[in-house]
Amino acid sequence: MKIMVAIKRVVDYAVKIRVKPDKTGVETTNVKMSMNPFCEIALEEALRIRESGRASEVVAVSMGPQQCVDTLRTGLAMGADRGIHVETKEMLYPLSVAKLLRALVEVEKPQILILGKQAIDDDCNQTGQMLAGLLNWPQGTFASKVVLDKEKQEVTVDREVDGGLETLCLDLPAIITTDLRLNQPRYATLPNIMKAKSKVIKKYTPQELNVEIKSDLQIVQVTEPPKRKSGVMVSSVDELIDKLKNEARVI
Amino acid sequence: MKTKNYITTYCLFKCSSRYLVHRSNSNSQYSSQFPGFRCQFSRTSRPLETFLPDPKRNLPSVVHPLREYIGRDLTSASNFSGHTHRIPCRFFGSAPIVMQRNPMFSTINADDITKFKEILGEKNVVQDEEVLLAANTDWMQKYKGSSNLLLQPRTTEEVSQILKYCNSRCLAVVPQGGNTGLVGGSVPVFDEVIINMGSMKNIISFDKDETSKVKAFVPIQSGGRVIFRKTTRAKVIFRNEATVPSLDFGCFVSIRFVMPLDLGAKGSCQIGGNVSTNAGGLRFVRYGSLHGNVLGLEAVLANGTVLDMLGTLRKDNTGYDLKHLFIGSEGSLGIISKVSILTPPKLSSVNLAFLACKDYVSCQNLLLEAKRKLGNILSAFEFLDSHSMDLVLNHLEGVRNPLPPSMHNFYVLIETTGSDQSYDKEKLEAFLLRYMEVGLISDGVLAQDINQAFSFWRIREGVPEALMKAGAVYKYDLSLPIEKMYDLVEEMRMRLGPAAKVVGYGHLGDGNLHLNISLPEYDDTVLGQVEPFVYEWTSKHRGSISAEHGLGLMKANKIHYSKSTESVHLMVSIKKLLDPNGILNPYKVLPSSLTS
Repeated sequence: MKIMVAIKRVVDYAVKIRVKPDKTGVETTNVKMSMNPFCEIALEEALRIRESGRASEVVAVSMGPQQCVDTLRTGLAMGADRGIHVETKEMLYPLSVAKLLRALVEVEKPQILILGKQAIDDDCNQTGQMLAGLLNWPQGTFASKVVLDKEKQEVTVDREVDGGLETLCLDLPAIITTDLRLNQPRYATLPNIMKAKSKVIKKYTPQELNVEIKSDLQIVQVTEPPKRKSGVMVSSVDELIDKLKNEARVI
Repeated sequence: MKTKNYITTYCLFKCSSRYLVHRSNSNSQYSSQFPGFRCQFSRTSRPLETFLPDPKRNLPSVVHPLREYIGRDLTSASNFSGHTHRIPCRFFGSAPIVMQRNPMFSTINADDITKFKEILGEKNVVQDEEVLLAANTDWMQKYKGSSNLLLQPRTTEEVSQILKYCNSRCLAVVPQGGNTGLVGGSVPVFDEVIINMGSMKNIISFDKDETSKVKAFVPIQSGGRVIFRKTTRAKVIFRNEATVPSLDFGCFVSIRFVMPLDLGAKGSCQIGGNVSTNAGGLRFVRYGSLHGNVLGLEAVLANGTVLDMLGTLRKDNTGYDLKHLFIGSEGSLGIISKVSILTPPKLSSVNLAFLACKDYVSCQNLLLEAKRKLGNILSAFEFLDSHSMDLVLNHLEGVRNPLPPSMHNFYVLIETTGSDQSYDKEKLEAFLLRYMEVGLISDGVLAQDINQAFSFWRIREGVPEALMKAGAVYKYDLSLPIEKMYDLVEEMRMRLGPAAKVVGYGHLGDGNLHLNISLPEYDDTVLGQVEPFVYEWTSKHRGSISAEHGLGLMKANKIHYSKSTESVHLMVSIKKLLDPNGILNPYKVLPSSLTS
């Protein structure tokens, strides 16, 4: 059984985001880029399934400019068997990514596709769902537990929903998107980094996959959230109530 | 000297008993946090009255009683105790010290308070018990003074006026910054007036060299958490805007410049204190000591004279370079009120590897090779032994072993900082893989993102915290020849046997060992085995008994292990020249027998 994992190169989780002066987007030049944390979790889950003997191969996929290869190398150093890089300089939106992934699914024919529930840069939380729609596959989103039954060709997914956990049973092939508590990703060890150097990264272009990159969205403006005003001390309960009523208008 | 663990003194102030109550109240709070302190508190809570005869009646006629009684053993001290008071305070970090208040110093009276309020305003003359309790106790909870006055000057002029007045009244003072010192240098010993520099936290200016864009000078007022406001010429941001402080080396980050200093206490330390103690830290191997990075400073002498040495030049050979006297003098020569610091440009590419080595020789060889092969990008080379690792994994929450499942004998952190991410990473990877093949490295992980780097640093920086949680700890900060460094840890382990946990970690790149002895409770017999052995051993191997912590109170009398008699005498002369009454941070840095 083959598992495909989508990984995205994003501005590092720990970096303080800065908006470009012309308000067209977020500053990414000279900023530390890393793998999206949810994608890391997705990859870790795929590796654990493979290590338990229920899958034979893990393929990591990334899309975007040349530097995405670095992110793929990280994925390979964590343990993925091979990589696929769809190279494009165009801005990619969830629908384009989903279409590209559908094209790759037709080439690779994986049984399970694992994605992060969202990327920490655009916070879209759409790709997995769109892809499920395009492929007409069942989807288990926000997974906090994944149990694969190879015999029955089904996977049981615990989802974190409002007010508790929902357990779904999906027939394979299926799509899973991962939430934060699914697992704790491993580090890239030196022996694995060494092995990763000889692993193959196959390149595609959107044209080769017959996908046209276009967006139905237009970014009007990107701005920083308004600065929080400093707090004030109130002298009495009455003043507090007055402020809550008339200034904050919350009661 | 074996069994004495209290201080003998002539004067115990009434307020001390009040603090004593405070201290035993806080017992429960700390005992849950630091089990090792339980014993300490119960011991110090014995009734005080028996030790409280009239202070003045029993003053000996000699002018310098310190010289007479320092170094006396328990019998003489207890014979003497009919005439003395014990300050309920133990000096856990070092061998027992019998010490008494210098009777030359006056005590605070109502007129003094009025005068201080005149200088500083009502609000900045603090007599609040809670505040004073915190200011009297050091970070390790080892040293505790009994000061009942804390002053918060906001300008150099105010510092000058305070000192001028204190000097005229012969009131002893202790300058205090973030109070994160480890040798008892920042807390009062007796009733010294605490001068807290925390209010002086403005950036005066921030210059960058327009042509080369490599130099940046930041004169900083002494206190503060080195919090910066935006200036017009270069953008400076608050440190806590960076989620991971350790990667932004230092007490502050700017978008394009960094502080050439990074240490475990970076969240609470202050630049004045850093300079006064010549703090070292994690990036020493890259940026060197503060003697090189401090371009100038302003200091206030004991008599109130303001010495303006606030240059921003890298080269200045006019006469004696006096600022170096104040760097590392631990507030004993003057109070640093402004600092100008060279800030190197911030480099975007930081890589961190966490490695395991099978023995100390491998660590040592790895350092040699790293200096050779990674020289231009190497920014930190730290090590810890398996015992330190064990402590961190057992006592700190959320820390996981990056190299499971087995434990290795030694762990090394190598950090590189450069300007080209892919080049630097490739270079480091190639280096690591090569020495893994050779066998110097037995296993390792490379941080793939800042969060991972943070968790690796957390292990190294968490060792002191884990030690605190493990119970009682005796800490030694030693500079030693690198090849001999770990021998001391092993010898100490043999010497103390299984009763004590001896851990070694530190800045291998600088030849700086942190030798820590962890016990369930403070134990004088163990201390007797450790000291003076550790100092003698260090001295024998021509090391320094204080690499970066300073001497403070803990090692003031141990200076001769590292400095010749002639040097110490010259230091004493300088101290007497700059501070004839000895009011600045008394009982510390230099042996009291020579200074009083």
